[in-house]
Amino acid sequence: MGKLKITQENINLLSTVEWLTYTIYDLAEKDDKVIALTADLGTSNKFVQMSEFTPSKYFNVGIAEQNLVGISSGMALSGLIPFVAAFSGILTKRALEQVYLDVCYQNLNVKLIGTHAGLSFSTAGCTHFSNEDIAIMRAIPNLIVLSPADGPEISKAVIEAYKHDGPVYIRINRGTDKIVNKDINYSYKIGKAITLKEGNDLTIISTGRTVYNSLEAAKIVENKTGASIRVINMHTIKPIDGEAIFNAAKETGKILTVEDHSIVGGLGTTVSEVIAENNLDCHFKKLGIKDVFAPIGTTHDDIMNIFGYGIQGIAEEVTNLL
Amino acid sequence: MELTNEEVLFLEEKARELRLLTIDTTFWAKGGHVGGGLSVIDVAVALYYKFLNIDTGNPSWEKRDRIIFSKGHAGISIACILADKGFIDKEQLKTYNHTGSKLGMHLNKSKVTGLDASTGSLGHGLSIGAGIAAAAKYRNEKYKTFVILGDGECNEGSIWEAALFINHYCLSNLITIVDRNKLMFDGSTKEVMEIEPFKAKWESFGFNVLEIDGHNFKEITLALDKAFNNNDKPTCIICNTVKGCGIEEIEGNYKSHYISIKDEEVLEKYKKLINAYHDERKKKWEN
Repeated sequence: MGKLKITQENINLLSTVEWLTYTIYDLAEKDDKVIALTADLGTSNKFVQMSEFTPSKYFNVGIAEQNLVGISSGMALSGLIPFVAAFSGILTKRALEQVYLDVCYQNLNVKLIGTHAGLSFSTAGCTHFSNEDIAIMRAIPNLIVLSPADGPEISKAVIEAYKHDGPVYIRINRGTDKIVNKDINYSYKIGKAITLKEGNDLTIISTGRTVYNSLEAAKIVENKTGASIRVINMHTIKPIDGEAIFNAAKETGKILTVEDHSIVGGLGTTVSEVIAENNLDCHFKKLGIKDVFAPIGTTHDDIMNIFGYGIQGIAEEVTNLL
Repeated sequence: MELTNEEVLFLEEKARELRLLTIDTTFWAKGGHVGGGLSVIDVAVALYYKFLNIDTGNPSWEKRDRIIFSKGHAGISIACILADKGFIDKEQLKTYNHTGSKLGMHLNKSKVTGLDASTGSLGHGLSIGAGIAAAAKYRNEKYKTFVILGDGECNEGSIWEAALFINHYCLSNLITIVDRNKLMFDGSTKEVMEIEPFKAKWESFGFNVLEIDGHNFKEITLALDKAFNNNDKPTCIICNTVKGCGIEEIEGNYKSHYISIKDEEVLEKYKKLINAYHDERKKKWEN
């Protein structure tokens, strides 16, 4: 550890939290100001491994998310750069006022990491799901909201968050993400969406875990129908890349958003705001978690299929829209 | 080290000036949190005029002591102190609560020089202070962090989350001060939400607890001295105070939490009461 580099050889082996923690550890090795805090989740998010090498840089506050965020703001007020990780649903709801007032109102250099985002903690149920974190966090001034599509992109998001002087929220999944970016040497910039696949008949705009599903679905539809599908990885929810949406609407005339998040207030809502505000003439549809408390599933894929944004569900929706 | 009577008299005069300025500012602002401002003001005066290692000319000096008023509604008195210390222009106090002013009911760090954190919603300051103190320890910095809590504020669970952390990480460089005026917005702490045995609560969380008269400068400074020199355990100083202290008409009444002063007649009456109160207090140290 610490020597870990992103290479073509190991990108399929690491879990989301390994990408996260190893990257933070690399930064911490180079910069004394970087520290890591969690709330009795060091085993889950692997921060505990970092503590073996740099114990003074690791703070476990116990099961106390509000305190976790408050302490991190005090550390940032003292010039440190805290990386704070907890379950996404709990971090963004239970500790919301601390995120809002202590971190964002004071515009502090705190990096908030919500793990187990969306429905990725499939068997745990609604107490541990995180269906609304994008909706909540994107409404807070000063806060940047990132939703990386896979492990390598988590690493890039962490590095860019470190470079940004101000609060950042990064949502990541539980487990091991399927790799979207086979070539990891791509350019990643906060606020600049990535077009993974060009196309002219419809654009799928997706974020986080569902980017992989969207890409696979696009291939299925193209093979079946001969249509040409554009796929955009909207890894930054705030600030949203309006230009990418504008071009997709103008050039393909149809947009389907796909997210592992509620259809209320998330990526789909954000994209629809851009379409409405710019008076864009385009067919538009959202896929995501319906406005209900989601059921449990044996696997994350199972629940994504229930809500129609598994690979087949997206392919069917795209076919209907064409 | 115990203060001489001369040193006490200096602080007494400062407390009088700042009580009067708080009332003036409340008049300019058309209302303010006078009750909690006047209960905590003596502790704040002792800190700002005797203990805090701060530099008005360099407000963000890295080695300065930090002070967080977690009971952010005391902002009106704190703004008066910051103005008197020269962090902000005294003329600004006349704009308090006015549209476009940098000074509002709950002070905003990004707009008020000399403030270490923005507070207002209760239960936040102790965690923030704990983070500052932990950062100081991590960087081997010697500065102290002071957090001023309200007693009603201690209903918030986050205060006790922070207390666990402060004890666990042995943050003796953090001094927790509770303004124990025994009143909250809806009534007494006993009626609304009993917090006794209060001292025992802090002791059971691993704190060294000192209980003092929060309107007696000798007691305040002795307690702060003890807290400064205690490196084994974090310290909590419970300051027994009177809400609205100095204005007999509103003292000890929970309705003094927020008052409006609409005409100059009332303002002058309150000023007379404050002067009478301080004249009386002063006699004790002149003998």
